[in-house]
Amino acid sequence: MAMTDAHPTGIWSWLTTVDHKRIAIMYFVVGFAFLLVAGFEGQLIRLQLAAPGRDFLDPDLYNQLFTMHGTTMVFFAGMPLVVAFFNFVVPLQIGARDVAFPRLNAFSFWVFLFGGLFLYASIPLRAMPDGGWFAYMPLTNPEYSPGPGIDFYVLSLLISGVGSIAGGLNFLVTILNMRAPGMTFMRMPLFTWMALIVSALILLAFPPFTVGLIFMLFDRSFGTHFFDAAAGADPVLWQHLFWVFGHPEVYILILPAFGIVSDVIPTYSRKILFGYPVVVFSGVLIAFLGFGVWVHHMFSVGLGPVVNAVFGGATMLIAIPTGIKIFNWIATMWGGRLRFRTAMLYAAGLVATFTIGGLSGVMHSSPPADLQQTDTYFVVAHFHYVLIGGTVFGLFCGFYYWFPKATGRMLHEGLGKAHFWLTFLALNVTFFPMHFSGLLGMPRRTYTYAEGLGLDVFNLISTIGAFIFTLSFVPLVWNLWRTWRRGEAAGHNPWDASTLEWTTASPPPHYNFAEIPTVDRRDPLWHPYIEPESRRAGDEPGGAVPRRQPDEPPEPVIMPNPSYWPLVLAVGMLLMTIGALGSLGLTLFGLFVTAVGLFAWAFEPPFGEEAH
Amino acid sequence: MSRHSAESHPSTRLYVAIAVILAALTALEVMVFYIEALAPVLIPILLVMMAAKFALVAMFFMHLKSDGPVLTAIFAWGVFIATAIVVGLMAIFGKFGA
Amino acid sequence: MEGPTSTGIPNRKLAMWTFIGSECMLFGTLIATYMIYRGRNLVPPYPHDLLNIPFITVTTFVLLMSSLMMVLALAAVQRNDLRATKLWLGLTALFGLIFLGGQYYEFSHFVHEGLPLSRNLFSSTFFVLTGTHGAHVAGGVIWLSTLLVRTVNGKLDARHAETVEIAGLYWHFVDVVWIILFTLIYLLV
Repeated sequence: MAMTDAHPTGIWSWLTTVDHKRIAIMYFVVGFAFLLVAGFEGQLIRLQLAAPGRDFLDPDLYNQLFTMHGTTMVFFAGMPLVVAFFNFVVPLQIGARDVAFPRLNAFSFWVFLFGGLFLYASIPLRAMPDGGWFAYMPLTNPEYSPGPGIDFYVLSLLISGVGSIAGGLNFLVTILNMRAPGMTFMRMPLFTWMALIVSALILLAFPPFTVGLIFMLFDRSFGTHFFDAAAGADPVLWQHLFWVFGHPEVYILILPAFGIVSDVIPTYSRKILFGYPVVVFSGVLIAFLGFGVWVHHMFSVGLGPVVNAVFGGATMLIAIPTGIKIFNWIATMWGGRLRFRTAMLYAAGLVATFTIGGLSGVMHSSPPADLQQTDTYFVVAHFHYVLIGGTVFGLFCGFYYWFPKATGRMLHEGLGKAHFWLTFLALNVTFFPMHFSGLLGMPRRTYTYAEGLGLDVFNLISTIGAFIFTLSFVPLVWNLWRTWRRGEAAGHNPWDASTLEWTTASPPPHYNFAEIPTVDRRDPLWHPYIEPESRRAGDEPGGAVPRRQPDEPPEPVIMPNPSYWPLVLAVGMLLMTIGALGSLGLTLFGLFVTAVGLFAWAFEPPFGEEAH
Repeated sequence: MSRHSAESHPSTRLYVAIAVILAALTALEVMVFYIEALAPVLIPILLVMMAAKFALVAMFFMHLKSDGPVLTAIFAWGVFIATAIVVGLMAIFGKFGA
Repeated sequence: MEGPTSTGIPNRKLAMWTFIGSECMLFGTLIATYMIYRGRNLVPPYPHDLLNIPFITVTTFVLLMSSLMMVLALAAVQRNDLRATKLWLGLTALFGLIFLGGQYYEFSHFVHEGLPLSRNLFSSTFFVLTGTHGAHVAGGVIWLSTLLVRTVNGKLDARHAETVEIAGLYWHFVDVVWIILFTLIYLLV
């Protein structure tokens, strides 16, 4: 991390950092590591299924692997990678020097990290959870899942959920309160808009899940009866609580990708986003409708025709705002001067592949069709198309787009394009055949299948696709290595993009902006009626935002103090979590550390100026 | 900000009046509970009084009435979604009759 | 320290309101579970065997009045009347403690009558719902106590009115939740 000033480096500075850009890098590195681990688990699953009747994995291990794969991908790869982009981009896009609560931001990261490590501590202890990433009751009750596996699932998601809620709170307040002067809501870049919406979704969706997890913990540890049919309860309640959270969760994962693409496509099309307000409000609408569709994950429970029809109809409605966005992106590209850099390829790839996943989603929004498709590989195909073709493509798009800003170096375009085409190929080769194996009736989460059912060839193709996925990381790693050694300098605005983060140096100084800009319009670096390329420096009538920030701040900038108390607090919570596996003493000690961390945090001056 | 708050927030006398109303409503709730004749309409009566107490605390003690629309919107959004989930789940579980 | 914010609302106050919005979902889910499982309990004792309306009315009244103390504490600190601030903050925390004492008595009475946490569906839903609320009250009492100690030590005055206001928002929210629980658990038994 080359900083333009004397910004401390070394392990201690990272452990105590409250700088949103450093926290973003930590989120990205850890989230990417979990992505690789979970991808490896998926690769093992595909190896087992390469041919009928294989015994590469035994059924127990298979159950553990698909549970870990799903849980890791959603909670410890997808979410942190999304939050990494929130952290890096949002303060820069709104012209702020940091988030509203820098220490809370560090705390969110540490509890996320500890939650992930705690989940993976189940591997050396030979107790991986095996109930699927949605851990349905009564399969996960103490009678049917007696070991500690499910406890690892419950406790790791409880602790990391605290970090997610804290993060949602932080970014909601940051975006509402820390915008540069003149940046009204309708002047905010689309990624910031989606971050705002997703923060609200996190705040509203995680509490029901937390409550469900607490019920499950109490049923397993203290003998309560929340999901015990014999006591008069209904195990289906768990499914409701899970999906009341779980459906908004998929929008938590996809809307940031939509936001990234909505910023990237205009940049490489040399045109402002088509229908900005419509894109914003369709995002709001998707989030709002997202709370009224959870039962479509449960059509086969048999809740009755009225319930299923209501939720099926609501689900179909979501296709409207989503489709609107697709058309807006296409209309932005239409007639634009397109430059297919790697980020743009990923953006265009998202528009195509997400649409495929969206269409199969509309197919199983209809309860009768869903009854045929549920728990088959058709559904597996659907959600991998939206999660890889949507979320992962969006995240890679953002990675190639903001990498020069974060590091000050340019990635190699050829290697980037090779990476894109391999990923694109891998996605389609792996998951397109699953539509067929699924419609032929192949159930998911079953460790093998018999010969002669017509499934062999589709599964073999899927497994080949999984190998292409593994291969696709080669050009990426090579690219990173090459850029590390001799990447050319990026400059302030290598893509001639339109938003505030491109006015500051690459990488940005730790205070982000030497002078807080005053925003006078949307796309402040582009003149509204003159094409960007016909502009020269200084040729900006009426533009209030300087195209380059001054190298040095004209006035001293007061930045938040580094602090180790967020880490202490997170360690305390980790100790409580470990103690919850069976040691009351450790739980109480963790509670003590948590309390000490909380009080020390509360009475520590957050800013340098109050240090004495 | 605090000076501004002090001027626009209601006075001590108003706070006490609100507290008296809250106490009276609570007493009324418990009385209604014990009157046999009101049993058929007990649920709507109690829910209305509950909502009234809720609104009084939020508007005056939590100053939403004088603090402007942003905070009200945030709170109302949470209350609305939570209420919708509660009512929706109760409906799915058949709590409102056939 | 912090410059003016885009909405004009201080960051911490906005954060507390946002947190309260999120808490609505937490208690909403707990309440939904309690309401769904109402009347489905198969093993005695049942709610109407145990719930003591007159007793809980008294503690409810105490918690309601603590909200009055809280707004009076805020009004006092805003006009820098520190003697009154100490009095009202102390009374708020004390009333919260009385409520918690009442809840402790109620819980231990229920356990004594044969309703430990793991007894049946009623015990599970009742204890976890009211216990979560009680934990929030306990957290509030600790918070208010630190404010009281800081006022006594002369470290809190009108410049920190915002801190008292935010603690107050939390406290009133906990009170609002109890207004709902009192009606749904005890009066609609």
